Amino acid sequence: MSEPDQQLLPDDAVVDLGAERAESGIEEVLAALDRDLVGLRPVKTRIAEIAALLLVDRVRTRFGLSTSRPNLHMCFTGSPGTGKTTVALRMAELLKRLDYLKRGHLVAVTRDDLVGQYVGHTAPKTKEVLKRAMGGVLFIDEAYYLYRAENERDYGQEAIEILLQVMENQREDLVVILAGYKDRMDSFFSSNPGMASRIAHHIDFPDYSLSELEAIGELMLAQEGYRFTPQAQQTFRDYLKRRRDQPRFANARSVRNALERARLRHANRLVSMSGVGLGKDDLMRLEPEDFLASRVFADPTGADADPTGADPS
Amino acid sequence: MRITQGTFSHLPDLSDEEIAQQVQYALGNGWPLSIEFTDDPHPRNNYWDMWGLPMFDLADAAGVLYELNQCRAAYPDRYIRINAYDASLGRQTTALSFIVNRPAEEPGFRLDRLPGPDRRVQYVAHGYASDRPAGQRYTSPG
Amino acid sequence: MSQRWGAGVIPYAEMGYWQPDYQPKDTDVLAAFRITPQPGVPPEEAGAAVAGESSTATWTVVWTDRLSAYEHYQAKCYRVEPVPGAEGQFIAYIAYDLDLFEEGSIANLTSSIIGNVFGFKALRALRLEDMRIPTHYVKTFQGPAHGIVMEREYLNVYGRPLLGATVKPKLGLSARNYGRVVYEALRGGLDFTKDDENINSQPFMRWRDRFLFCMEGVNKAQAETGEIKGHYLNVTAGTMEAMYERAELARELGSIIVMIDLTIGYTAIQSMAAWARRNGVLLHLHRAGHSTYTRQKNHGVSFRVISKWMRLAGVDHIHAGTVVGKLEGDPNSVAGFYDTLRLDKIGADPVKGLYFDQDWASMPGVMPVASGGIHAGQMHQLLHHLGEDVVLQFGGGTIGHPMGIAAGARANRVALQAMIKARNEGRDYLAEGPDILRAAAKHSRELEVALSTWGEVSFTYESTDTPDVVATPTMV
Repeated sequence: MSEPDQQLLPDDAVVDLGAERAESGIEEVLAALDRDLVGLRPVKTRIAEIAALLLVDRVRTRFGLSTSRPNLHMCFTGSPGTGKTTVALRMAELLKRLDYLKRGHLVAVTRDDLVGQYVGHTAPKTKEVLKRAMGGVLFIDEAYYLYRAENERDYGQEAIEILLQVMENQREDLVVILAGYKDRMDSFFSSNPGMASRIAHHIDFPDYSLSELEAIGELMLAQEGYRFTPQAQQTFRDYLKRRRDQPRFANARSVRNALERARLRHANRLVSMSGVGLGKDDLMRLEPEDFLASRVFADPTGADADPTGADPS
Repeated sequence: MRITQGTFSHLPDLSDEEIAQQVQYALGNGWPLSIEFTDDPHPRNNYWDMWGLPMFDLADAAGVLYELNQCRAAYPDRYIRINAYDASLGRQTTALSFIVNRPAEEPGFRLDRLPGPDRRVQYVAHGYASDRPAGQRYTSPG
Repeated sequence: MSQRWGAGVIPYAEMGYWQPDYQPKDTDVLAAFRITPQPGVPPEEAGAAVAGESSTATWTVVWTDRLSAYEHYQAKCYRVEPVPGAEGQFIAYIAYDLDLFEEGSIANLTSSIIGNVFGFKALRALRLEDMRIPTHYVKTFQGPAHGIVMEREYLNVYGRPLLGATVKPKLGLSARNYGRVVYEALRGGLDFTKDDENINSQPFMRWRDRFLFCMEGVNKAQAETGEIKGHYLNVTAGTMEAMYERAELARELGSIIVMIDLTIGYTAIQSMAAWARRNGVLLHLHRAGHSTYTRQKNHGVSFRVISKWMRLAGVDHIHAGTVVGKLEGDPNSVAGFYDTLRLDKIGADPVKGLYFDQDWASMPGVMPVASGGIHAGQMHQLLHHLGEDVVLQFGGGTIGHPMGIAAGARANRVALQAMIKARNEGRDYLAEGPDILRAAAKHSRELEVALSTWGEVSFTYESTDTPDVVATPTMV
């Protein structure tokens, strides 16, 4: 859909890109991204570049310079808990502010939302999801499950074909972000060259370093109104070191789970201290024992980690 | 002849952009939308064929336009209308309904009159197109 | 005690009709009266007198009261408030027990509430401003034969006001010429045409002839447009038997709607509403005669009360004001009438003149009709003031079009659709109304001519029936 006719700028006009940037409101989104997500420097840089491109395109249009609409379908690769969904949410908002998307909402789905159980079930299912996502971002987590090499007649193939069609023909209506582990995504793309060719941006989300994980933990605690004692901080670092080497470590998500459990133990500890007056600080302070009871410390090899993928209590 | 059912029937046919604006208005009110088509636009034909189920939970009109274009591709010579439904208590009925596709030639209706006793007349509006089998009504034979 | 029951005359207030501590029950019928007592009559006594005279009391003490549970049947005046800015006027709030009224009878309700009391000498003037009908009583009435939602589904018209026109001249056309006006207006783009209130069965055109010619016009217009059309065939007559006869023929001829006048009386209206429900025919009510008692602010019955009674009685349409047309209609008061007719739960709102909360318990709404001196050039104002669930009737504004009746109808339809489209697109249609109409007129010669003929016509007189809280009457 075309914008109402705008007066073109004369060739000798001068534009203040800083003012344009301020007016679009993208600054706030980028700042929020920086604030909410620890680390991820390469990811943030890439997003800032995309924002810059769209901003410059906008200004070019005002001079009457023809600007083809850039392809912004993307692939986010990385381990679980590295911030892919959060970045996708911010991306949707950013693209809305830059007028690339009309609504800027995020619809997050997996294979089960797209692929049906019987003949004729998949197309309407996939189309319904696509229609709901139009105007915003469709985020397909673990997208490689759509393709099953061992079964040619898998209904996932049908979903992929409809996706490709819409990604090609309705680029102004939605942005598709595929997400998952890097190695599996690579093999997905090698079996689906059509999909690979329509993805313009591949963004890799690295695992967090130990100090980044600690910073994430502190950020989360601060948001919830808790704090570590210096000893607890050390214990938490030990916890993270051990947990990282265990199976199904999910970066920030595992940090959140560890803190949730510490809150439980903290609460239980306070309740069992009957007869003692409690101050505000008692209600905020996490102690080493709130972490030490974790199985992570009991079994350093992680051999009995929960096979369901849950973080150990 | 131009059939003037629908909310915007006396205006020039709506462009896709104008259709999207009306759809967006409906979505803004929380109304789901549906697409229906027919080759029997008799004023008493309440039930046009449904192009899929009503579309719930959309954020943007593009989803409706996507289906509309598929319906147009399948039935370029039929009447197609878009309906919006208001499910709120006290309404629970159609809130907006407008035609977005028409056959190139609209043959319209013949009025049959059956004179009865004491000057009474029985009237029947008879669609010229409905003399032909469903599916062949707005295309030239052969 | 002995004083209360001694023979003779004692003040109403002392007989138990003034009870400032009374807490109205959910089941009570409540009424707000504007009272203007005679000099020297205290307002509480005047309020108590209204409560007494509209329930159990007579002018003197009667011992036969003591053979009944009279306290139960006494209406209670529980509050009296001076009207701001109106010397000598008060609003008296009165509660009536549900047992005072027969189920499903407007005649009984009105005989009680406005039966004798309006001629009462101790009052210089009296006006019934508003009533709260408890849901318990609401549920004893049929309510609208079809209601707004059913009417729309019947007509297959959504998302815009309906359009109508009253055939003009009001009197004198032959049946054949009359049917021509119906046909032209409907084929041009209106949904309805209408008999006027005093078109019944006169020497120049008998009812049966009118019905036959009008239905020819309706059916011809339906075939030409592919739309459902209707003509309000007025079945008002001297007797109930004659009305049924006329309504039966209208039904047999396939008319989707018949019409009655308010002058036929409440019982006849309820009978016709039952007939309309039974036969699947919409029922239009013209409020002929109402201004004799609704217009003056100090005496009579407010139209918002008539609106409530008519929703209970069961009509599908009722004329309820235009705000911008030639007939009386303050915007705030009219908004109160429209809310009363259309909404399900309505909160008290002094700005709109609504004194009580009213819960209709899902009784369908009545479609208000705006008629009298309105034209296509006011479309943005009409939509703004009256909303979407309304019949806009352009009589002169259709039939007086220089290019003919069908052109007049088309001008109205184009103007309406253009305004709805602009509103839905998010435009400030009230401010941009004239621009929107001019733009639409580029595709419609009929609208262009209508705008140049009536574009400047407006009726700006001060309204008499305005809510008290609005300091100055609102001019449109």
